[in-house]
Amino acid sequence: MTDTTIFPAKKSRSWAWLGIAPFIIFAVMFLILPTMHIIVGAFQNQQGEFTFQNIRNLFQPSIMASYWISIRISVASAFFGCVIGFAIAASVTLGGLPKAIRSPLMTFSGVASNFAGVPLSFAFIATLGRLGLVTVLLRDWFGVNIYALGFNLYSFLGLTLTYLFFQIPLMVLIVTPALDGLKREWKEAAQILGASSFQYWRMVAVPILWPTLLGTFALLFANAFGAVATAYALTGSSLSIVPILLFAQIRGDVLQDPHLGYALAFGMIAITGIANSIYIWMRTRAERWMK
Amino acid sequence: MKKSIWSWLALLFGIIYFGLPLLGTLEFSLKMRRGEYSMDAYLAVLNDPQFRATFGYSVMMALFTIMLGILIVVPTAYWVQLRFRKLRPFIEFITLLPLVIPPIVVVFGYIRLYNTSSFLPLTGSATGTNILLMFGYATLSLPYMYRAVDTGLRAIDVATLTEAAESLGAGWLTTMTRIIVPNVLVAILSGAFLTFAIVIGEFVMAALLNRPAFGPYLQIMGANRAYEPAALAVIAFAITWACMGLIQLVTRFQKHTRIVR
Repeated sequence: MTDTTIFPAKKSRSWAWLGIAPFIIFAVMFLILPTMHIIVGAFQNQQGEFTFQNIRNLFQPSIMASYWISIRISVASAFFGCVIGFAIAASVTLGGLPKAIRSPLMTFSGVASNFAGVPLSFAFIATLGRLGLVTVLLRDWFGVNIYALGFNLYSFLGLTLTYLFFQIPLMVLIVTPALDGLKREWKEAAQILGASSFQYWRMVAVPILWPTLLGTFALLFANAFGAVATAYALTGSSLSIVPILLFAQIRGDVLQDPHLGYALAFGMIAITGIANSIYIWMRTRAERWMK
Repeated sequence: MKKSIWSWLALLFGIIYFGLPLLGTLEFSLKMRRGEYSMDAYLAVLNDPQFRATFGYSVMMALFTIMLGILIVVPTAYWVQLRFRKLRPFIEFITLLPLVIPPIVVVFGYIRLYNTSSFLPLTGSATGTNILLMFGYATLSLPYMYRAVDTGLRAIDVATLTEAAESLGAGWLTTMTRIIVPNVLVAILSGAFLTFAIVIGEFVMAALLNRPAFGPYLQIMGANRAYEPAALAVIAFAITWACMGLIQLVTRFQKHTRIVR
């Protein structure tokens, strides 16, 4: 009797596992194994022995310079993306703008946050390049030649300005629901207790929003750090940020050391991994207030 | 009163910052003929056989990727919802990994793992590389596809629907294709349009796997031409806009049917 009850249960369990087997096989073969291959390679020498030498080799001036400019661009575009995105989201949710603006703004943000890559770089060349619309208008109408003043689209400033085109909308998309989550009661309670508007923001709203802001900053940072296509189409290889260096390494082994290439990729995973962990951690903390 | 002035200023800044590049691109794309506005750049692009070939290739890749994505994601999300609720955090974690690992690293792994001297020499032939690229695109779109389908499945009572179907004698395949999929069709379509938008413009994977896709074509045009890239950017923006618009449209359609019911 016990046999007959155990047998069907066992059978149905083994069948059920098959349901998610294709997904697991897919994830292992095309996501986990390739990534593990790179990570393991970063800790091996040419003979396949374990070593830290590749990681140590990353600390040479040229590679450190690449990481440094990548980090600077990512921090700058994430910071201004957060500040400007917050200002726009706050003005629509709390700033008393007509409600009709909101829906088009969210739709546009959805489009613009997905409008990255090669076409985005074309748009900025046509706008702020040497013959771009804004460059020419500033020159013809105001007599200001921004290129003579030291501006260059193919530089730190130009790349940051371009990245903001997908960073700001992403911030708007994430922070608008969080601002909606600020309950009216909290503001009224603060006012009844005699708080000024500034005090309400400093002591109530910002502490509540803080995890969302910090988490989104981390997400935007990772978003900019991993972006290859926009930078490559904009600057070619003139600006040596990490993804572009890695791109050149994969194409033609410019570092002349395959395992140093693995280490370079491992550094990228480590940085975006930390940033995304912060984002996920902060999001779970932020959700406590979203009830 | 003072507050709304600041709000208008923030919005105005946004409109200028986002409007100017779009306006600049549109204006630039019309300037190919000297001294007057014309559609020459668009005509040049549309008559370029390379444009047709690469765009057609990317559309095909997008359609195959969408099919593969549906085949992988829908049964998995369904099974997790029905049988393996405990596995949900684990599966969700895997689906979020493509956002954590940069695509350039994933494709780097592909090149090393599936090269001609490996156990599965996918990069050895054009068909093999196409298949590899398709799987690469499927990983890129996995987070979006999975989240869309999972949200759709949570909104319906999967267990009851499955039981009802089974008690009427439906097999697994019938339940899937005639009960579950029609119920989450809107979610699947949302994921599909987003996948389409991602695949059409993708550059890194196609470039590093040496496939003649639309993304690398855009980059080559950008490096060699003046006015055509602006026209291509306008076209690409229109495609992204169309995909997002279609998502909104199908979502609105779903809300509508729900109210009627």
